[in-house]
Amino acid sequence: MNSLVQTPKTSARAAESTPHSLHPKVVAKDVNVYYGDKHALHDVTIDIPEKAVMAFIGPSGCGKSTFLRCINRMNDTISIARVTGDILIDDQHIYDPKLDVVQLRARVGMVFQKPNPFPKSIFENVAYGPRIHGLARSKTDLEEIVTASLQRAGLWNEVKDRLNEAGTGLSGGQQQRLCIARAIAVSPEVILMDEPCSALDPIATARVEELIDELRQNFTIIIVTHSMQQAARVSQNTAFFHLGILVETGPTDQIFTTPRDKRTQDYITGRFG
Amino acid sequence: MTSFYLVALAVLTVAAFLAARGRAGALGASGRLHSLPTYHGLLAASAVVLPMMLVLAVYGATAPSFVQSQAIAALPGDPLGDDALARATRMREIANAVANPAGATPETLAAAERYRAAQAMADWALLIVGIGLGGLGAAWMVRKVGPHFRARNGFERVVIGVLIACALVAILTTVGIVFSVLFETLRFFTKYSWLDFLTGLQWSPQTAIREDQVGQSGAFGAVPLFVGTTLIMLIAMLIAAPVGLFSAIYMAEYASPRLRGIAKPVLEILAGVPTVVFGFFAALTVAPAIRSLGLTLGLDVASESALAAGVVMGIMIIPFVSSLSDDVINAVPQSLRDGSYGMGATKSETIKKVVLPAALPGIVSAMMLAVSRAVGETMIVVMAAGLTANLTFNPLEAVTTVTVQIKTLLVGDQEFDSAKTLSAFALGFVLFFFTLILNVVALRIVKRYREQYD
Ligand SMILES: Nc1ncnc2c1ncn2[C@@H]1O[C@H](COP(=O)(O)OP(=O)(O)OP(=O)(O)O)[C@@H](O)[C@H]1O
Ligand SMILES: [Mg+2]
Repeated sequence: MNSLVQTPKTSARAAESTPHSLHPKVVAKDVNVYYGDKHALHDVTIDIPEKAVMAFIGPSGCGKSTFLRCINRMNDTISIARVTGDILIDDQHIYDPKLDVVQLRARVGMVFQKPNPFPKSIFENVAYGPRIHGLARSKTDLEEIVTASLQRAGLWNEVKDRLNEAGTGLSGGQQQRLCIARAIAVSPEVILMDEPCSALDPIATARVEELIDELRQNFTIIIVTHSMQQAARVSQNTAFFHLGILVETGPTDQIFTTPRDKRTQDYITGRFG
Repeated sequence: MTSFYLVALAVLTVAAFLAARGRAGALGASGRLHSLPTYHGLLAASAVVLPMMLVLAVYGATAPSFVQSQAIAALPGDPLGDDALARATRMREIANAVANPAGATPETLAAAERYRAAQAMADWALLIVGIGLGGLGAAWMVRKVGPHFRARNGFERVVIGVLIACALVAILTTVGIVFSVLFETLRFFTKYSWLDFLTGLQWSPQTAIREDQVGQSGAFGAVPLFVGTTLIMLIAMLIAAPVGLFSAIYMAEYASPRLRGIAKPVLEILAGVPTVVFGFFAALTVAPAIRSLGLTLGLDVASESALAAGVVMGIMIIPFVSSLSDDVINAVPQSLRDGSYGMGATKSETIKKVVLPAALPGIVSAMMLAVSRAVGETMIVVMAAGLTANLTFNPLEAVTTVTVQIKTLLVGDQEFDSAKTLSAFALGFVLFFFTLILNVVALRIVKRYREQYD
């Protein structure tokens, strides 16, 4: 299993725009996840490079979301879930009992499959994180953070005149970008995205993909996707999961052109999944 | 006789069902039927049940008065000129004579004879008309069985008809009640000014029974009752709203499934305790306790106080508030909680800033339903808050409420058209109007809230 650990060497895109991509941001060692008696994830060991996009692909139910949710300890909210093994972010054990989950989640943001804006105004949605973490010292501070986040999420021009309207009143694609703005408002280091485009139409999807590409300048992004094309378009590295096992990981173009494992090849060519 | 009729109905129904289904089954063996044999059977059965039930209903509505009028007409003199009371007495004598002729006067015996004859006639009419119609219906439907006969659609219409009839019964009863209350209320307002009723500060509904009594003209200023009702309702909500809401939050967000499994049924048991039990709990335990507590603090507490009634009523509606709030809190999508946890919010921050605001409309409407429940409650107040119509906001004094006064006005022998009795209808109407508004507003809010998340 350990031999599967890969760092990108050949991804040209990753290499030019992200000079630090050789440095692993997130390191997982022998991670196992159980839901009650069900063993959902087997000995996952992977390095996730900094300031690059990592895509998780694989057939439904193979454990992509489960692994993603280990990285910000969202599995803690599921009472029957049990995680063993080590996950380190910047060499710090995130399952260390001394570590505060609240701070971890401020460092590791998450965007969900279905846009889930809070039933509050657009402004309050983005201000949510900064408020609970006390990131803004004054009202103008807060306004700056909100404006900057909305701008970076590419939503500013569409909502700047209606910041006090309900976030739930936006279109699906706008809502998803609002959720991204909400996540980046606390300046996380890692952003987890679980099928962020699955509820969006192609235009909104393209918009979000563009955004992901821009965000990788500053954030380490991990995205779960069912679309091979999307993985190919936005990611520099790809990990393929199958039946709770991390089968193969490597630079995206290598995984897609010359996969080493037969199962990866079958999945990519559409023979199962 | 009706039991025989019901047996006949059952037998005919089963027979019609079996005959039609059998015939359709036989036809189905030779070719394709439009409807399954069971539908032919069901349709034939409804063709028996519906007319026979209708005939029975007509019989139930008309036969007794027909039989009675026949019997009374047989008595000498001008019995129809008697008042209702005298007629009822005579009727009882006749009925006794029917059961036990010994010792009855010859006139009564004759009337009893007429009574028996009329009863027999009505019964025979029921049997012949009912069974005849049922038989006809069965025969008609069994004959109609055929490959193209749309029994399935026909039965669908029967089902719709039955459902509509039930809905109509519910609606018409409500409308009937509302109109009769409204009618009596208007009668009251012809005797007493509605403005005085709504704004008067004096409530003493005793009116003169005899012409020569003095000083008992009756005052129907309902403000003290409204104030008393409001006071008790406020005390009750002051207890039920926070306790109910917080326990709902605990149940929905913190309690382990096992604890939830135990605590929810317990709360539901609390909701099932009859209000009389709460009433004597209030009168015998809480009121004296409050009184002695007041004495040690040097306060003068009436033995029946608004506080005692309000506190117990609050306890009574806690489960109401908590189970409704629990439902709306559970209806908040998990994805919102995940979103908040994902931002690094703690559980209580998530509840305070995301779950409760999202559930707020539902919680507000739960509170409104609880208020209308508190306003309509009678038993506890009768037993613990007293009957005196004090105009006061002091929770330590005895007050009375709208419901209690309605009950007091109508208990005992009453003339049905005195201002005193009619004022009960006016009070009832005000109460009804108030709770109606509350419920409508609450349902509106719930509906808006549903639309937001579905
Ligand atoms: N809350 C849970 N309780 C019990 N089992 C779970 C839970 N969540 C996931 N599982 C199980 O864990 C396995 C992995 O699920 P996971 O959601 O990680 O799959 P996935 O790769 O994200 O699939 P998809 O592409 O359909 O989202 C599945 O077999 C699933 O049934
Ligand atoms: Mg998933």
